[in-house]
Amino acid sequence: MAFENQDMAKRYWSENLKIMGVLLAIWFAVSYGFGILLVEPLNQISLGGFKLGFWFAQQGAIYTFVVLIFVYVVKMNQLDKKYNVEE
Amino acid sequence: MDIQTWTFILVGLTFALYIGIAVWARAASTGEFYVAGGGVHPVANGMATAADWMSAASFISMAGIISFIGYDGGVYLMGWTGGYVLLALCLAPYLRKFGKFTVPDFIGDRYYSQTARMVAVFCAIFVSFTYVAGQMRGVGVVFSRFLEVDINMGIIIGMCIVFFYAVMGGMKGITYTQVAQYCVLIFAFMVPAIFTSIMMTGNPVPQLGFGGTVADGSGMYLLDKLDGLSAELGFNQYTDGSKSMVDVFFITAALMVGTAGLPHVIIRFFTVPKVKDARISAGWALIFIAILYTTAPAVAAFARVNMIDSINGPELKGVPAEQAPSWVTNWEKTGLVKWEDKNGDGRMFYSGDARNEMDINRDIIVLASPELANLPNWVVALLAAGGLAAALSTAAGLLLVISTSVAHDLLKKGLKPDMTEKQELLAARLSAVGAVIAAGYMGINPPGFVAQVVAFAFGLAASSFFPAIILGIFYKKMNKEGAIAGMIAGIVFTTAYIVFFKFINPEMNTPENWWFGISPEGIGTLGMILNFVVAIAVNKVTAETPQEVQEMVESIRYPKGAGAAIDH
Repeated sequence: MAFENQDMAKRYWSENLKIMGVLLAIWFAVSYGFGILLVEPLNQISLGGFKLGFWFAQQGAIYTFVVLIFVYVVKMNQLDKKYNVEE
Repeated sequence: MDIQTWTFILVGLTFALYIGIAVWARAASTGEFYVAGGGVHPVANGMATAADWMSAASFISMAGIISFIGYDGGVYLMGWTGGYVLLALCLAPYLRKFGKFTVPDFIGDRYYSQTARMVAVFCAIFVSFTYVAGQMRGVGVVFSRFLEVDINMGIIIGMCIVFFYAVMGGMKGITYTQVAQYCVLIFAFMVPAIFTSIMMTGNPVPQLGFGGTVADGSGMYLLDKLDGLSAELGFNQYTDGSKSMVDVFFITAALMVGTAGLPHVIIRFFTVPKVKDARISAGWALIFIAILYTTAPAVAAFARVNMIDSINGPELKGVPAEQAPSWVTNWEKTGLVKWEDKNGDGRMFYSGDARNEMDINRDIIVLASPELANLPNWVVALLAAGGLAAALSTAAGLLLVISTSVAHDLLKKGLKPDMTEKQELLAARLSAVGAVIAAGYMGINPPGFVAQVVAFAFGLAASSFFPAIILGIFYKKMNKEGAIAGMIAGIVFTTAYIVFFKFINPEMNTPENWWFGISPEGIGTLGMILNFVVAIAVNKVTAETPQEVQEMVESIRYPKGAGAAIDH
């Protein structure tokens, strides 16, 4: 066991799940939400020459995905340090 | 110089480079044949993953499909990138900590069962075969155009090249070759896109250009012009879809989850030095992938406008056949563009209604895009080199998974554990040979366009591996009975649905007959849900997971104590 006690292991895991959950919620919102389910109302708004819903489906979602992974990396590295379980 | 000469030069140069790297990095031990000896830097690994990942489907076919279906093409864009978020957050770090070679290794150990391993091996081989067939088709399209041969001949030439290439090296050769291939393919994709964007909108960034105004002084937005043309010619509005929302949702999900479950992608994350690197590798891979994926919809929109303009002429009356644009006459030779003068006026006309006289294969759009925009011949040739880089890098990665599955998972860990290392390498090479031949056959008789064939592989991966791996990591109590039942239910259901609509009753393949309006492309999502449900239900009524397995699951949940990258 790499943790000081069972309780620490539980807390590490639940913090990990929380980070994951928040990021996956954003992941879902930009792609399935803005790009698919809400595409029609969002298409009423325009962003330059793009309709906003169309832009999310073909551009915006992808940029967000990249940012999400890097945020995850930073957050998890901090978490590993905090619980002293980094390599 | 003409296009063909340029093609020979550029394709020749890039091939010399790949072969050079493969020879330099020639695999020696079985460990290196499979996973590059473990010491690959995350940025290099990210690039190689991107090349491995971006197949002929992404490079050649995707922008073409988007060009024809507009908004609906977003399923591929979001689907094939969003999966990396799942990979980075839910799979890669844990599988790296677990520290074995392959996906069946994980399934077999986590579910303490030889049966589970065998089911996983079977799924891996099945998924990879489907996928590699799509690549062979893509290689065939490239060769048929640039060597001016029939598409089937093109596929056979491609088979010979892939064969030499993948059977010689192993993962180590492949990793560094793929880094080179990424550079070639991204350069080849971006150069024509940037030129076209400047010519059409005056903006050198294609991602912005396609939301900009047309550079003809009218001040009209490009996408508005495209919607206008589509309405006039009887096509669907470009920025609106024609697929139902349910179907778009399910296809996107199947592609995303499938991405995270593809064995040849997952195996990449076993090759980095640390758990930390597995996380960041997925990030690098996605950045490299996103460059192409955010450019592709721009290429699609530009090509669409050019295609309509060059066939129908500025007044939408159609151009006379003797003045046909060069891309039409060039591609007519391959049989992938056809013109039939239905109204006998000697003019070509392209539309979405009864006036239409053109039959244009979607797979040619990217390769024809420089010709569409009247770019110089070397740019056309560059795209051919890029398309081949994409197809070859993916095919090589897949063949490696197939040969690993057969030699390592099926024989060494299954049927014939007393094999020597030499025999294992031989078995690996022989199975790569078998895979090339089978893939070539399927490439000649494909059930759909390149991207569609590939889309099925995702459905199969989504419905088999993904739930088993996720439950394996996040649900300690999941037992072998549940996992096996789930995988079998998922893949059998998905295959049956696809086979029914694509092969047995293709005439019934219409939205009215689909379950809940879900097309065969999106059915993998339902298969995945079924897999989860069956697994959890069976788990409830069967014996509990042994304590030591539960402890192993605990231990893969944090990075500390990860072994050196596998090197066996």
